[in-house]
Amino acid sequence: MNRFAELLDRLAYEPSRNNKLRLLVDYFRSQADPDRGYALAAMTGALTFAHAKPALIRTLISDRTDPVLFAMSYDYVGDLSETVALLWPAPQAPERPAGSNQPLAPTLSVIVEQLHETSKSALPLQLALWLDALDETGRWALLKLITGGLRIGVSARLAKTAVAAMGGLDPNDVEEVWHGLKPPYVDLFAWVEGREPRPVTDDPAPFRTPMLAHALDEADFATLDPAEFSAEWKWDGIRVQAVTGFDAAGASVQRLYSRTGEDMSHSFPDLLEALGAAGLGDVAIDGELLVVREGLVQSFGVLQQRLNRKSVTAKLINEYPLHIRAYDLLTENGEDLRPLPFMERRARLEALLARCDTARLDLSPLVPFDTWETLAQARRDPSSAGAGADAEAIEGVMLKRRQSIYVPGRPKGSWWTWKRDPFNVDAVLMYAPRGHGQRSSFYSDFTFGVWREGANGDELAPVGKAYFGFTDEELGQLDKWVRNNTVNRFGPVREVSHGLVLEIAFDGLNRSTRHKSGVAMRFPRISRIRWDKPAKDADRLETLERLLRE
Amino acid sequence: MLSAMAANDVLSLTPAGLYCRAGDFHIDPLRAVERALITHGHFDHARAGHGAVLATAQTLGIMALRYGENFAGASQAIAYGERLTLGEVVVSLHPAGHVLGSAQILIESQGYRVVVSGDYKRAPDPTCAPFEPIRCDAFITEATFGLPVFRHPEARLEVEKLIASCRLFPDRAHLVGAYSLGKAQRVMALLRAAGWDRPLWIHGAMEKITGFYEENGVPLGQMRKVAAADRAKLAGEIVICPPSATQDIWARKFPDPVVAFASGWMRIRARARQGGVQLPLVISDHADWDELRATVEETGCSELWVTHGAEDALVHWAAQRGLQARPLNLIGYGDDDESVAEAQP
Repeated sequence: MNRFAELLDRLAYEPSRNNKLRLLVDYFRSQADPDRGYALAAMTGALTFAHAKPALIRTLISDRTDPVLFAMSYDYVGDLSETVALLWPAPQAPERPAGSNQPLAPTLSVIVEQLHETSKSALPLQLALWLDALDETGRWALLKLITGGLRIGVSARLAKTAVAAMGGLDPNDVEEVWHGLKPPYVDLFAWVEGREPRPVTDDPAPFRTPMLAHALDEADFATLDPAEFSAEWKWDGIRVQAVTGFDAAGASVQRLYSRTGEDMSHSFPDLLEALGAAGLGDVAIDGELLVVREGLVQSFGVLQQRLNRKSVTAKLINEYPLHIRAYDLLTENGEDLRPLPFMERRARLEALLARCDTARLDLSPLVPFDTWETLAQARRDPSSAGAGADAEAIEGVMLKRRQSIYVPGRPKGSWWTWKRDPFNVDAVLMYAPRGHGQRSSFYSDFTFGVWREGANGDELAPVGKAYFGFTDEELGQLDKWVRNNTVNRFGPVREVSHGLVLEIAFDGLNRSTRHKSGVAMRFPRISRIRWDKPAKDADRLETLERLLRE
Repeated sequence: MLSAMAANDVLSLTPAGLYCRAGDFHIDPLRAVERALITHGHFDHARAGHGAVLATAQTLGIMALRYGENFAGASQAIAYGERLTLGEVVVSLHPAGHVLGSAQILIESQGYRVVVSGDYKRAPDPTCAPFEPIRCDAFITEATFGLPVFRHPEARLEVEKLIASCRLFPDRAHLVGAYSLGKAQRVMALLRAAGWDRPLWIHGAMEKITGFYEENGVPLGQMRKVAAADRAKLAGEIVICPPSATQDIWARKFPDPVVAFASGWMRIRARARQGGVQLPLVISDHADWDELRATVEETGCSELWVTHGAEDALVHWAAQRGLQARPLNLIGYGDDDESVAEAQP
């Protein structure tokens, strides 16, 4: 447990993805089964024991410490698990057998396995014994683990990427077998270490690594022949893979995966049920998850209201009816269609949808064009090019080579996204916190605002934060400007005088109750530093509000 | 107890800090005074401009190094254990184990004994003389880490973490923030003890003080001052610098630096995160909660004053043990060298 705790501790402070990856690989390489497998399970959210409540931890510590000292300590540290980890008294000498100085620290495997078996009434005693045997970091990690609060900045994807890197594999190779595997993943580690063949899974609805597109540079058109391509709308939803199949007992199974292979089924029970009833058979469909109300596709902002909810209520299901707009068919009744050209797969998809109930599932329409000019026209104005009222939920067009086979990953030359031009706004720099890692000596995150009328004349309303879009040289200039124009400091954050205009590019705008200004930008980045523009001439909040209404 | 005296009869609190009327001197005064006894050389305890200063030879040497030879009107060195009569009291200095030359001050007044601890620690430190517990009637202690959440791990284990990180990331420079006086040299000595025999790269601000340690018989191995041109080449090396320098423009150009900070504050995650630290090293030159309590008990004191730090928790604990305890809340002592801007190289 102590080695796992050290890893978590280090990961929690390390901002760089690559360096996190190296810490993870080093851990997986140096640790044995089954400990490393349980660590992987902990980081991918695959451990399923009943979490302990904070009240239990409070009781444990209050039995062992002076309440005044506990209160002062908790007040100082601010985090219950951390306070208890630091405060936990070393076991009293008489409890230890003569000659030994410290009870043996439990391994992660012992902890995970016993947590499954320990009854609720026996948990406090068991937990106390473990806390006695661990060091400060070990206690912290244990308490975080059992209260379900492992926030260490490592996604399931990153942990799987580290496992793949052990064997020089692509992370998608791990994703494809992942859903058939169980902790502690002994077969997975044996595979990536080259000791055993790829694990065979009998998953009736497995994930397949999706094919991704490249962003189109307009200069590319010179080399591309319109006759070789088919075009579709690029829907502003979430890329998903809907898989249906039958388990060994013949029962139908449906799953919805994210594009990175995360199983999202539990969040969308209504959609899964509809897929099960649609009579699709054994298929894997590539498509876009959207909210469709009365036949109208809703914006990403609306879809977001339905995502990442802890509980999926009937109200939520009714107000945000989900829909899949299908654009590819990867397998059908045991046949792998991925080696077929796109237009053949498309025909199979059309045939499938024609014979199924498509209330929650329909076909992504093709956008007809004969020259790049006509497609450019459609991209500029989707509503008059066939999209009608759905134009609001379109963020550009997708180009697919008619003859392209379905290649997992991001192959060159097959699929392209041609996004709508971004929106631009001139905003004023307001605050700059220091960056992390390589940027820790730079003020490299920039909070900006636009003007609005306040009680005492015009004031700035913060509308977003950007930390890329500039070159290293520009970062140096921005950093220098921040240092020279600081009016206030709040820890690592500097407030600056309102004198620098940043041209911000962004892909969309949503209403937000979390931001004071009432708007939230999608994917904001700094497109230009407007050294020339006086701050008073920057844009106003009304400009953004107008955009929101349109 | 020999007399009906109390700490109040020997020491009082003035705007300049602790004052002994019977001997007419201040201890670690916060502003310039006529006569000062100085416990150790950190900026917040040893200020310039006093009329006369009494301290260990090493503390006087450090003050001269930092403020110039004319840091006080007059200065007098006193060896550990040597007794000196000042007015109606007898004073003597005893090792505090905090940094090189650090001392506790024992004041004897008609058989009544008061000890002012200054800053101290009990953990072993190869760069200074170890703390000596002294029996006394009243103990005036620091409490920088006076909360039960502060229990420092063995410093050796923290340095092993640093070395393990250098092995895992040989392409990254490891910048270790450490106070220039004391902490930096202790980290160097710990690294040497752990077998790190490569040259240690140091920030210009700690060059003189590190040389002073070596002159005083503390071997620290090969040192190299970081020149601007070196920075990009220091992958896999350990660079020791003042904590503020890790956030400074100075820290740029090192290859993908791992920012470490050697301090007792690193025990608290939020403190480490706020400081942008990636490798917190819990290495402290102050007594932790267990050491504070053990020390108070060893002195056998019946009265306890707490000068600075987390006073309330220690006072609460002492009161429960039947001691007469009071917090002094002296403002001005704190983060060792942090409050004072360090000279750039």
